[in-house]
Amino acid sequence: MIREAKVLAEHGRQYIKDLRTQSVSELFRGKPVISPGITPDEINSVCAICPVNAIDRTSGSIDLCKCVFCKECSFLFPGKIRFTNDYRIAGNRREDLIVKPGDRDRISLDEKSIRKEIRKTFKSALKLRQVSAGGDNSCEMELAATGNVNFDFGRYGIEFVASPRHADGIVITGPITENMSEALKITWEAVPEPRLIILAGTDALSGGIFEGSPALNRKFIEEHHIDLYLPGNPVHPLTYINGVLDLLGIV
Amino acid sequence: MSDTKKYTETRNNSSPLSIASIPVLDYGVFYDQVSEMLRDEQKHCVAYYGAGSPGNRRFYCCIADDGKATIDVFSHEMSGQNMVLKSLTPVCTQLYIFEREIHENFGVEFSGHPWLKPVRYPYDNPDRSEIMANYPFYSIGGDELHEVGVGPVHAGVIEPGHFRFICNGEKVLHLEIQLGYQHRGIENLFLEKSSPLQRCVLAESIAGDTSVGHELAHVQLIESLAGIEISDALRIERCIALELERLAVHIGDTAALCGDVAYQLGQAVCEALRTSVINTTQYWCGNRFGKGIVRPGGSNYHLNDAAADEILKVISVTGKRFNEVAELIYSRPSVLARFDDIGQVTRRQGLNIGAVGMAARSCGILRDLRKTHPFQYYRDYQVHPAIIGSGDVLARGKLRHLEALDSVRIITDLIEKWKTALKNIERPNYDYRLKPSSFCISLVEGWRGEICHAALTDVNGKIVHYKVKDPSFHNWMALALAVRNQEISDFPVCNKSFNLSYCGNDL
Repeated sequence: MIREAKVLAEHGRQYIKDLRTQSVSELFRGKPVISPGITPDEINSVCAICPVNAIDRTSGSIDLCKCVFCKECSFLFPGKIRFTNDYRIAGNRREDLIVKPGDRDRISLDEKSIRKEIRKTFKSALKLRQVSAGGDNSCEMELAATGNVNFDFGRYGIEFVASPRHADGIVITGPITENMSEALKITWEAVPEPRLIILAGTDALSGGIFEGSPALNRKFIEEHHIDLYLPGNPVHPLTYINGVLDLLGIV
Repeated sequence: MSDTKKYTETRNNSSPLSIASIPVLDYGVFYDQVSEMLRDEQKHCVAYYGAGSPGNRRFYCCIADDGKATIDVFSHEMSGQNMVLKSLTPVCTQLYIFEREIHENFGVEFSGHPWLKPVRYPYDNPDRSEIMANYPFYSIGGDELHEVGVGPVHAGVIEPGHFRFICNGEKVLHLEIQLGYQHRGIENLFLEKSSPLQRCVLAESIAGDTSVGHELAHVQLIESLAGIEISDALRIERCIALELERLAVHIGDTAALCGDVAYQLGQAVCEALRTSVINTTQYWCGNRFGKGIVRPGGSNYHLNDAAADEILKVISVTGKRFNEVAELIYSRPSVLARFDDIGQVTRRQGLNIGAVGMAARSCGILRDLRKTHPFQYYRDYQVHPAIIGSGDVLARGKLRHLEALDSVRIITDLIEKWKTALKNIERPNYDYRLKPSSFCISLVEGWRGEICHAALTDVNGKIVHYKVKDPSFHNWMALALAVRNQEISDFPVCNKSFNLSYCGNDL
């Protein structure tokens, strides 16, 4: 008993008090800021090095649904492209996740396009089923971490459940392999309505580095309405937490 | 077998071999040589795979010799219509999985293989009748027995795979693990996505919990093929990153083991300790999994004084606290009752299946590439791997405890050495040229065990074949053996004690 008490005393309080304002280390690769002064030549150079074609050749904007946050473009032109440690990079419209030169505003959800039943039904409790479909396990570990002693997302009544029958929606990670496409469909069909779909991590959002692989089958994404896009490689627990809170309208 | 050596010796993390220097043996000679070599416990097969076009296939076999610290490479060919080979599995069990993979890739039939079926069902499987939905599970008849199917979507937030148990009441007679759900076509993507940076990002995504390990295996391979020299300081930095990864996973898996037996104190404390380690990695490079640290020829995230001090500060506290809680965990009767003598893999079984890494070291087999085939700075720094003989869940739990403490010591020592090492600013080299007509192999001891990357280049120095092997490729069978004759309710702790990779296996 004494040893347990000692371990517990040293453990102390680990939970993050305010999940909305918690800061992360300076080098964390979050929302990029692109200088409006980036030149066409510079854009060409960063397009040539980007491993996932996330940068638009004409405008120089960065698509966070494709970006793997390797930051190589920023190392090439540190004065023109900078990755801030702002982890609030969730969006509910695909186009809002394209960061253009000069964009300084925080990425936020488009309130008007949030489906009415989401806030009405899930504001006080949201249970989700996670489906890994070719995920490399880093996103899965980050999602699992949202329930641990540090993040304790359960304080909002939001957590992962074992059965899709108990769930209000699914969180997909991974680029969606052909071999998981059937299981993903079956899991989704088992979730009762109303229900929602969240995509977590760059691989799920666009295929990431696996884009174009013949081993993928991304039909599910094309055929369904996506309620929340969460960029990241992997998605940071705070990106997920703040994105979901925004979607539910919890301040 | 005659006395003449019918293989070419190479070493880990060294220069590539010319493809022409690798002997091509008649399959009969190949068969005898492999069965002869693998009789020696000091040797095991690290890679056996095919490359080339139909009608001109060559199969490369790489046997690691722990005594001589060499990797012995040789090959056989297969031409024409002959698609049948005599299976080596009946005489060397550890080859069963390699033969299954060759069968998967090329449709080669291995006569006498007791269990010939593809490892995964890739999109380019030559036999289109073989799909995930009609996987031929092993089955046993009888009214007393029943089957339990679990997955591919599991109860937890983990990757997909299907487990099929054949049970007699609560007791597991047999477990078959069907993998392949995570197949992303990685090996082919290494050829298609040919920019050096794309390959780096790809290597980091093979298994996210081993980002540093796989990236290091890839980068080591590229540096060998391109003849890129790096400084000692960089070699040390890479080893520190690798040990931080090992430390974080071992602590995290200890939390998961505690969670499975409802020991909440152990779970909560270890979760928080893992967080502090991965947040330190994030402090260093901006990513909790170390993505981006290892790059060919240099790094965008060299270790600096501030990061080194932060690492030292965190791991000294973490090491001390993890030691206290681990001693507590493994002294609680309620925990011991669930771990002790559960899910045992014997030393003989471990040797037979070619177990690697911590799965091997927890059943008394000293297999650790940091010692036997050292790479990076482990060539100048002696690692003394922990080893436990009992092979049960408790052994794997305790081994993680010991290895975590070792990692803390190693990181502390390495930071001392790093401080006095000569430092150059070495930027990543994305403009390399690879040696033509070469074969190269690279091994890294990740936290699970032996990671192997191998490549073949053509006359222009272009990579024409890329092979990846995660330690899970060997070790999944250890899990299947561990649960035999155990209660099915002990499956979760057996599974967590190994924590094998699905995506690393399925590629």
